[in-house]
Amino acid sequence: MTLKYVAEIMPSLLQGAELTLQIFFWTLVGSLPLGLLVSLGLTSKFKPLKWLLNFYVWLMRGTPLLLQLIFVFYGLPIIGIVFDRFGAAIFAFILNYAAYFAEIFRGGFQSIDEGQYEAAKVLRLSYGQTIRKIVIPQVVKIVIPSIGNEVINLVKDSSLVYVIGLGDLLRAGNVATSRDVTLVPLILVAVIYLLLIGICTFVLHKVEKRYSYFK
Amino acid sequence: MLEIKNLNKSFGNRTILKNINLTVKDGEVLAIVGQSGAGKTTMLRCITGLETADSGQFLLDGAAFDPQGMDASDAVIGVVFQNFNLFPHLSVLENVTLAPKLVLKEAPDQAEREARGLLEQLGLGGKEKLYPWQLSGGQKQRVAIARALAMKPKILCYDEPTSALDPNLRDEVAKLIIGLKEQGMTQLVVTHDMDFAQKIADSVYRVQAQ
Ligand SMILES: Nc1ncnc2c1ncn2[C@@H]1O[C@H](COP(=O)(O)OP(=O)(O)OP(=O)(O)O)[C@@H](O)[C@H]1O
Ligand SMILES: [Mg+2]
Repeated sequence: MTLKYVAEIMPSLLQGAELTLQIFFWTLVGSLPLGLLVSLGLTSKFKPLKWLLNFYVWLMRGTPLLLQLIFVFYGLPIIGIVFDRFGAAIFAFILNYAAYFAEIFRGGFQSIDEGQYEAAKVLRLSYGQTIRKIVIPQVVKIVIPSIGNEVINLVKDSSLVYVIGLGDLLRAGNVATSRDVTLVPLILVAVIYLLLIGICTFVLHKVEKRYSYFK
Repeated sequence: MLEIKNLNKSFGNRTILKNINLTVKDGEVLAIVGQSGAGKTTMLRCITGLETADSGQFLLDGAAFDPQGMDASDAVIGVVFQNFNLFPHLSVLENVTLAPKLVLKEAPDQAEREARGLLEQLGLGGKEKLYPWQLSGGQKQRVAIARALAMKPKILCYDEPTSALDPNLRDEVAKLIIGLKEQGMTQLVVTHDMDFAQKIADSVYRVQAQ
């Protein structure tokens, strides 16, 4: 493994890593709030909304993300919805991850003791105040570990975008490997993934610690 | 004065409370007793708005009020829960100041000043920064009382205030309730402990199983 070769392919790998990070970032920005909203809908008393959202979650978790990517990019144009490659990737990832996050949040909401809502009610807190000030801080603490697992999955899942022709980190490595007939680029790809996930793990531990002041 | 007239409550086709009438004068302590399952908790929950009464009238100083009303002006009844239901993610001080700030729209420094006064009075001075998990059962209960009092209620309700505590804290709780009574607080206390009821109460209401 010569350093010269590493230096040669590094720019293309980093370019791929940039796309990976963009997908990672925008997916989280979109899917965390959406997942939270969906989870509130899943616990609502309005039955049709509940059915609809349950169907959505079932659809997203019941089919491979790879297939969803293909449908969004090649399928939706048939009914007139056209995305560019990146837009399609973000759309599919947000929808998919929001479903997983919704289920995680739903579990979190369900584990909040009824007594917390009753205490808030007799103090005359409104529904919005109760959710924001009482429920969400406790739910966040409960869901951090599961959310963390999904966040780490997302780093790796982002490699699926090759199927709609996007050049992410893994694809950049693949291209170099088949061109130069060496595994070195893929070893570098693995190292970069490990670094990214190392950073995620570090940040998640920090967040967990921030919430350790209460039980 | 609190008056309850013809309060009825059933769950499905099971009648739990039938034509309950009762009056509590200002500054009095009413103990609510009865067998297990008689409906003591249900009655208290109707009065505090946590359960919807099937029918009945609630009057405070002669004026009707809705226990389920959600305006700040409806906050006339404070509740001390059996398991206290403190907010675990908020400090002692924040537990007490949250509702006055959000609901009564008190300025933060005013809410804090009042909360510190209440905590001091309840023997919790110096505990403001602790979190509920760092408190003993008796301390949690007193925080729950401070939290309820901070809303300046006319009536304070307790469900089994001695049941979640060490038995030798029973007299402490009695002292606390009598102390509040001396300050003029009207209190409703559900208990199955007759000695305790006798010690604290001006009158005793017995809930009959239906
Ligand atoms: N939400 C509910 N749905 C249906 N039945 C209920 C509900 N809450 C209470 N009950 C029933 O109403 C009856 C009275 O219950 P309640 O909790 O008021 O009794 P209690 O007098 O407080 O008893 P204890 O001394 O054991 O606390 C019980 O038979 C109980 O099973
Ligand atoms: Mg009871």
